[in-house]
Amino acid sequence: MRTIRFILRKEFLQIFRNKAMLPIIFVVPIIQLLVLPLAATYEVKNSKLLVIDQDMSPDSQKLRQAFEASRYFSLHEGIFTVAESDKLLDKRAVDMVLVIPRGFVKNWAKGQMPRLALRVNAMDGSKAGIIAGYAQEIIGRFNGELAADFSGNAFSRRPTIQTEFSYWFNTELNYKPYMVSAILAVLVTMVCLFLSAMNIVKEKELGTIEQINVTPIRKHEFLIGKLLPFWCIGMFELIFGLGLTRLVYGIELAGSVWVVLSFSGLYMVCVLGIGLLVSIYNHTQQQAIFVAWFFMMLFILISGIFTSLESMPRWAQYVAHAVR
Amino acid sequence: MADYVIQAESLSKHFGKFKAVDSISFEVKAGEIFGFLGANGAGKTTAMRMLTGLSYPTSGQAKVAGFDVRKHPEDIRRNIGYMSQKFSLYEDLTVRENIRFFGGIYRMSDAAIERKCRELLRGLQLESEAGQLVGSLPLGWKQKLAFSVAVFHDPKIVFLDEPTGGVDPVTRRLFWDMIYQKASGGLTVFVTTHYMDEAEYCDRVSIMVDGRIEALDSPKALKKKYSSQTMDEVFLKLARQ
Repeated sequence: MRTIRFILRKEFLQIFRNKAMLPIIFVVPIIQLLVLPLAATYEVKNSKLLVIDQDMSPDSQKLRQAFEASRYFSLHEGIFTVAESDKLLDKRAVDMVLVIPRGFVKNWAKGQMPRLALRVNAMDGSKAGIIAGYAQEIIGRFNGELAADFSGNAFSRRPTIQTEFSYWFNTELNYKPYMVSAILAVLVTMVCLFLSAMNIVKEKELGTIEQINVTPIRKHEFLIGKLLPFWCIGMFELIFGLGLTRLVYGIELAGSVWVVLSFSGLYMVCVLGIGLLVSIYNHTQQQAIFVAWFFMMLFILISGIFTSLESMPRWAQYVAHAVR
Repeated sequence: MADYVIQAESLSKHFGKFKAVDSISFEVKAGEIFGFLGANGAGKTTAMRMLTGLSYPTSGQAKVAGFDVRKHPEDIRRNIGYMSQKFSLYEDLTVRENIRFFGGIYRMSDAAIERKCRELLRGLQLESEAGQLVGSLPLGWKQKLAFSVAVFHDPKIVFLDEPTGGVDPVTRRLFWDMIYQKASGGLTVFVTTHYMDEAEYCDRVSIMVDGRIEALDSPKALKKKYSSQTMDEVFLKLARQ
């Protein structure tokens, strides 16, 4: 025990003497937690929508207003041919073009199927999918209103089924609570993994590890002395991060703090183990960073934050389940 | 026999077909300064790693400080000091912090660490630098400090692996004065070196060529045997065989 105490003292002295350490521990989490949640969201706002209104009827006006009212689109007008709009799509000046053909609603009243064209720039595939979804929803709602108008007189009243979602935990589907906690988990993992791997490799690089090898330090003493400081830093980071998210985003833990802390503590032991593994097979800090990044990317991609597990190929799902 | 602190018998280390150390046998007496010479790649470092319990011998026996290198490497480590060619103190710790750390991991008591730390600093005239980072000291001082730390826990034997690499002749001379001083107190010194003038300072030297010990005697006897004026000549004659 006494030996471990001496190793711990040395490690903490070195960690806090390192000028890069305090920024890593304090500034990095603050920036990540404050800036990344703003960027990491699935919402697409203010996508540029060009409306080509060839109908110029009160009804087409109403449809346009429906798009205008939504915060997802900013409207562009003044172009009347599809060929011209294609050029704008090409230049990425607009993200989506809605074409309302002449006689759009009039035809409907005559019993013909009205047609709308939605041309979406799919260069950014996921964005295209999302804004097309928004657009369909708006058009669907418009459709319902029109049907109600008509049903008042000529058409028979036809009941329609409407699906309304209400979300359980995150009732407003606010992305921040979802993203912030995910980012905090990534952050804690990263700090633990990188610092522990780099620390041991650094001793290899400098050759001081050779000196340690010929001292009577036992393996478990060395491991505990080396990894415990980073476990403490990781836990501190987690608590600090939880405090920060509570303060800034008002996200509070609904469950028990102790459950979170004890499982995180266990989890960090695993992360430190990987850090140790990385340090064994690498001889320079640079190598260690690359290998640690490899693991980090793997974890992030397979964790299901950015890509849903169900859409992964089966083998990747197995890997993900094994990792989880 | 009781006087021997290192005994090696047919000690060998093979890496595949390559015989890095090929059945070497020698003894080192207590209080002796034993020079372990050889060209680069002759097997010195491998032999030393076996003696310090870092590497497991392929065959043969060795006892260091009375303990078998195969069975009790930990007991050996408690009884030896080691200073490598790479500077091995922590540059981002102060002089005093380094001393405390190494004293602590050799399981010395706090009181003993404090007392000996003061003695050491006084001996090296580093009292006013005790709070400075080791990295800021000149190389010569660092090396003297590293040696002092290596023998801080009063080991029976100290292994020095090319301790004076990159140091100017004056500092080397001062460094050897320290070694002499410690050896006169009963410490056994096992030292590898490239500098043949340093070989002259040793009580006995062994010269390794291709994993084998080709010669082992006092510098004087070796010079006579190979009818040479200096150890340099002896070394060259042996290495070119």
